[in-house]
Amino acid sequence: MSEPVPSSRQRFRARLAKVWDSDLAYSFRSSPIAIIAACMTAVLLVLALMAPWIAPQDAFDVGAVRLEDGFLRPLERGSSGILHLAGTDSQGRDVLSAILYGARISLLVGFASVAFSMAMGVALGLVAGFLGGRVDAVIMRIADVQLSFPAILIALLVFGIARGFIHPSQHEQVAVYVLIISIGLSHWASYARTVRSSTLVERNKEYVQAARVMGRDTTAIMFEHVMPNVVGPVLVIATINLALAVIEEATLSFLGVGVPPTQPSLGTLIRVGQQFLFSGEWWILLFPAIALIILSLSINLLGDWLRDALNPRLK
Amino acid sequence: MIRAFAQAIAVLMAVALIAFSMFRYVGDPVANMVGAETTREEIRELRERLGLADPLPVQFARFVTNAVQGEFGISYRQGRRVSTLIAERLPATLELALLSALFASVFGTMLGIYTAIRRHGWLSHVIMTVSLIGVSLPTFLIGIGLIYLFAVELRWLPSFGRGEVVKLGWWTTGLLTESGRKSLVLPVLTLGFFQLTLIMRLVRAQMLETFRTDYVKFSRARGLPEWRINFKHALANAMIPVVTIIGLQLGAVVAFAIITESVFQWPGLGAMFVQAVQFVDIPVMAAYLLFVGLVFVATNLLVDLFYVVLDPRLRSDRTTTR
Repeated sequence: MSEPVPSSRQRFRARLAKVWDSDLAYSFRSSPIAIIAACMTAVLLVLALMAPWIAPQDAFDVGAVRLEDGFLRPLERGSSGILHLAGTDSQGRDVLSAILYGARISLLVGFASVAFSMAMGVALGLVAGFLGGRVDAVIMRIADVQLSFPAILIALLVFGIARGFIHPSQHEQVAVYVLIISIGLSHWASYARTVRSSTLVERNKEYVQAARVMGRDTTAIMFEHVMPNVVGPVLVIATINLALAVIEEATLSFLGVGVPPTQPSLGTLIRVGQQFLFSGEWWILLFPAIALIILSLSINLLGDWLRDALNPRLK
Repeated sequence: MIRAFAQAIAVLMAVALIAFSMFRYVGDPVANMVGAETTREEIRELRERLGLADPLPVQFARFVTNAVQGEFGISYRQGRRVSTLIAERLPATLELALLSALFASVFGTMLGIYTAIRRHGWLSHVIMTVSLIGVSLPTFLIGIGLIYLFAVELRWLPSFGRGEVVKLGWWTTGLLTESGRKSLVLPVLTLGFFQLTLIMRLVRAQMLETFRTDYVKFSRARGLPEWRINFKHALANAMIPVVTIIGLQLGAVVAFAIITESVFQWPGLGAMFVQAVQFVDIPVMAAYLLFVGLVFVATNLLVDLFYVVLDPRLRSDRTTTR
């Protein structure tokens, strides 16, 4: 007599129930702010991902834009019959479409730079903590110095240096990648510090010694055995850094050193809209600003909640 | 203290090395300055005039000696000496940064005390919520919001520039004219806001902490008046870490001025730096980097010194370790 083998659906249900009952899920359910923030983030993510299908106009296609449709007020119809819910800008570009495409760029840069800084910070933190000695001293010294300067300054500096290496004719094409690397490089230190301190604890544990005895090489021990045990707290930092990265991208683009105006992110749209603040075309500035406020606020609140929920001292 | 000084010098040298590497290896400065009709002879002459034809060690030695004397060469883009550019713009940035720090410290401390004493009052909750939302927003949006409210709608305050400035020797100040003072209000609010919320939260947390200590409880038991407990006993001890943070944040205020200066077209160093990044004007970028490094190192040293003055235990440490 053997136990009935659970079907895959039952197993899935069981797993779902386990997640539902966990401390984290409970804390999520009992925090209305976290639920609202998560919903807003999800809605924005979906809208941004679906931009090419739901936007009334292709915001990056210069051919789709008609100059005679410039400065249409919200809810006015353009010459091609499109209803401009949020009006048009000076070029006749639909503001709502520009926001949807812009949020896409903002989120792309945000996620990509977080992934970049996370990979770099985790790797360097692991190496520093596991190998110790001079390597550790050099890496952590650099991290210390970098953490004492504001991230935006580092990002600006990296951006400027990177531009110096790239031929001016290619600046616009590679701007997004340069931006991702600049923002990524300005945030790696916080990951490295966290990962290093937990690696220091892990490296003396028995499973590491066992792996050594089995003859595994150092790289394999670091990345296959130690890494899975130290990346937990990294996710909290990543959520908080996502909000920081989105804000940083918006700031850089606002300052005019981010993505080119032909591929506007939310920051670029606000930079452009600011010029019309005094002439009464308020919608060109207001709607992108609201989108950015909702985006940064909801990711920030989500990060705050996650930090509190996973902080053992607050339990 | 000697160790702190050595460390400060080491950090500055590291920053100088980065600045020099930028000079030497990033891009070809001459390519940015010449047009299509420039002859080879002219390019060679320009390279020599900018000192780019010398051997590497000579260039580094010259860079360090010049940097110590405040000399950073000629701006690639403007063709003027970087030291002159910095001297022109330094007063604008320092005036803005110092006033913002002052504003943030005074109001941050006041609001922090208020929210700690009236911990459960509705106004405290409003203040805390507004500060939480405000911190999550990009600085430039707060600046634009203030411009919209006070410059576009109400027309009370100007939205850009420094207004009329008065020259005092090489220093220029906007504090002595009405338009200068009016021009300062919005940038100071924008730049100081983030630091204000930081200081407010810290003061609040420290006050709440001291409320739990025995000497405050004992003062209550003795029946001392409430204001005396709050302001004489609790506040005095709560302020020590706050002063440190205020000092350390001064460097951050100078660096964050980059954003505020761009929003308000403030003729300071931050706006100059953003332009330099856009046009890859390496001498200006390097000089700004060293300037910010100097501000950070100096404020760190001052805070260290302040601790030694404040805490007698740190002074005796030299005798005990020997």
